[in-house]
Amino acid sequence: MRLAEEMKKRLFDPTRLRAIFAIVVFVVLWELGSRSKDWFGYAAPWISVIPAPDAVIVVWWGLLGDAGYWQSGYLSLLRVLSGFGAALLIGVPLGLLMALSRNFYGIVFPTFEVLRPIPPLAWVPAAIIFWPTQELSIAFITFLGAFYTIVINTVDGAKSIDPRYFEAARAMGSSGWDVFRRIILPGTLPSITLGAAVGMGIVWEVVVAAEMISGGGSSMGGAGASGAGGGLGFFIWNSYTGGSYEQIVVGMLSIGIAGYLSSGGLRMLGEWITPWLRVR
Amino acid sequence: MSATPLHKKVATRGHLKIQDAHKVYDPEGAAVLAVDNCSLEIQPGEICMIVGPSGCGKTTLLNAIAGFHSLTSGTIHLDGEMLCGPGKPKAEPGADRIVVFQNGALFPWKTNLENVAFGPIMQGTMSPQEAREKARAIMADAGLSGMENNYPGEISSGVRRRVEIVRALMNDPKVLLLDEPYRALDSLTKSVMHEALLEIYYRNQVTIFFITHDLEEAIFLGHRVVIMTTRPCKPKKILTVDIPHPRDYSVLTSPRFRELMDETMEAVHEEAVKAFAAGEREG
Amino acid sequence: MPGLTVVFTEWVSKNPPYGLSIYTPEYYQHVLTSVQRVAIAFGLATLLGVPFGLLLGWSRKFKDFVFPVFEILRPIPALAWVPLAILMFKGTESPVIFITFLPAFFATTLNTMLGVHSIDESYIRAAYCLGAKRAQIFRHVVLPGALPFIFTGLQISMGVGWFSLVAGEMISGEYGLGYVIYSGYTLVSYPVIAIGMITLGLVGWISSALVRIVGTSLMQWRVRSLGLGDGS
Ligand SMILES: Nc1ncnc2c1ncn2[C@@H]1O[C@H](COP(=O)(O)OP(=O)(O)OP(=O)(O)O)[C@@H](O)[C@H]1O
Ligand SMILES: [Mg+2]
Repeated sequence: MRLAEEMKKRLFDPTRLRAIFAIVVFVVLWELGSRSKDWFGYAAPWISVIPAPDAVIVVWWGLLGDAGYWQSGYLSLLRVLSGFGAALLIGVPLGLLMALSRNFYGIVFPTFEVLRPIPPLAWVPAAIIFWPTQELSIAFITFLGAFYTIVINTVDGAKSIDPRYFEAARAMGSSGWDVFRRIILPGTLPSITLGAAVGMGIVWEVVVAAEMISGGGSSMGGAGASGAGGGLGFFIWNSYTGGSYEQIVVGMLSIGIAGYLSSGGLRMLGEWITPWLRVR
Repeated sequence: MSATPLHKKVATRGHLKIQDAHKVYDPEGAAVLAVDNCSLEIQPGEICMIVGPSGCGKTTLLNAIAGFHSLTSGTIHLDGEMLCGPGKPKAEPGADRIVVFQNGALFPWKTNLENVAFGPIMQGTMSPQEAREKARAIMADAGLSGMENNYPGEISSGVRRRVEIVRALMNDPKVLLLDEPYRALDSLTKSVMHEALLEIYYRNQVTIFFITHDLEEAIFLGHRVVIMTTRPCKPKKILTVDIPHPRDYSVLTSPRFRELMDETMEAVHEEAVKAFAAGEREG
Repeated sequence: MPGLTVVFTEWVSKNPPYGLSIYTPEYYQHVLTSVQRVAIAFGLATLLGVPFGLLLGWSRKFKDFVFPVFEILRPIPALAWVPLAILMFKGTESPVIFITFLPAFFATTLNTMLGVHSIDESYIRAAYCLGAKRAQIFRHVVLPGALPFIFTGLQISMGVGWFSLVAGEMISGEYGLGYVIYSGYTLVSYPVIAIGMITLGLVGWISSALVRIVGTSLMQWRVRSLGLGDGS
């Protein structure tokens, strides 16, 4: 009885109803816009060149059984995770060191600030020249994408810890390691989590762009003819050059979903490792 | 010297009458009865102090008077005019009832002078020029000259509270609604604030509805102290403070003050224990 | 990679062996093209994103109806729009500007909306008490209250704008710093790559500094409130 009422309330929650309504309207407008030339004899600006949602779904459905499509997704995800993982593994210790040692900070931070304004993708050619394989150069650029954000957030987080905690810990006779493990690490985790979430978004941008540049100018080479070798970014570019526009939209939506899921997963992980921040 | 002392001036406006107020919060089906069957009448120019256990519903009552949210049922009149009641569950917020918030709500992006002049300019009752002039004058009266062009972030929190009260008085309100305005202050600043508030009050004779947890503050300032029951809130006991105004800090040591303190403390303690037990049960 | 001295001598040479230095007019043409593209995209993103974000934050209904669609489109990386942008906008200029605009718009809108949400409810209540009407509250409370977040958004917007611009110029374009870097690679003139990167860093840094300067001049109250007063 009570449960039924609850369910009813959930289902008819105005925010949820409005969201469903909004998305339905969006899809209908998209359909009408895409087909405006056929149906009304008038090509709506911009949107009329975008394939209609029903056509996209048909193509997507077909691709779900296609190994190349999944291979592309897998490849992009692998790149995202390796670049992101490297940024985390190197960025967090570096950030902590910068926050804890004034000397280290003085040496590293200026270099850091000089390099930071250079967008990661500007490193593409330099990375290709420097690293022996294409895969390594993509990994390097991906790494850069998340690296700065993670370092900056770690430094800010560690610096914002109330110094009284250190004094209290010292007064109670804690060792350096204890202070690090019990005060610095938990005090910094929330901002590291935040930096990582932002970094994850950038990493997807970088991977897609790097894959597209490698496809757009074939000079980075190495991608198979089917596009399977190049990840989702190349999948999109390949669909464009091959003229299958529905596939472009499928690629875009797939990347959107993958990006959304990885940020969501990261957020859940972040909440799990910072249980004291949970609101009751 | 004026013919009648300031504090003898008789207030004629600000008669607040609350009848059978009920308020049920209903977030996701779990009904919380915050105010139940609460009636209270406050005379023009009275300082009415409200005390009661944490979470009993004092702020809820204040918000209903201010018009920030509706009452489930019940009526509130101000000077015979219905603020809310049958057919009109939510009062319209207005400059006749001004709230001074616990954490302060001076706009940090406006200077103190702009803050004080804000009300009349928004209501269109004064030109910006006039409003600024009057604000300058009223700030000078309250001893706040010299900080007109500072931002609230640049002055101490005690002074900020005073500016905020001056900002309210600028609109000539009928009732001031204060929700634990001095909670965050240290006791020394607090005592300065009390004297400053009384001084302003003797000048303006505005009705004051003042929520506090500090019993000493309640008795020192109030004509009456209303002790609320634990949730749902309604008056449990109303204490008349028969110490004549104007008061200063010497009354704190008087025997009558101690007696009133004891009496209040007993009533409040009883409710606090009940509230605590209820809290334990709810987990 | 070329040594720093090689890069630097090329950069300040009157007769650069690789054809690009501060004495060649092309250098400035590339810089100007990039700056112009970012300026247009950033300007559009600000002009549209700030009012849109304010509306999202201010009206519950508007947010309920519009935000879901926004949230569906937002996770799609700007660069994934490149092919559609080329199809949708004819010419070479508009697609690049669109790619630059898109993430800048998302960042500005989102931060503006969060800025409105961040405003303490008691400011709005206080304004109602003082007799302000809804429109006045929007102008005197919501807008200034959201300003710190708006400027955080504009900083991010500038950053992601340059980020996408470079990629856009590398994929399609005949001018601009992204193009310089990429053509430096294809033509095997490595010092040019480095010059392009350094210039990008410099211009990017200057543009965020400009946003910061405008921000502090518009928010004197924050500058003056920091460090003074007793903080409680
Ligand atoms: N918006 C709301 N939705 C649901 N419940 C609420 C809401 N606001 C308050 N309550 C509940 O109503 C009760 C009364 O709250 P109120 O804030 O009026 O108490 P209070 O007497 O002012 O407490 P305090 O002394 O701590 O300020 C509390 O139990 C609170 O949890
Ligand atoms: Mg309260």
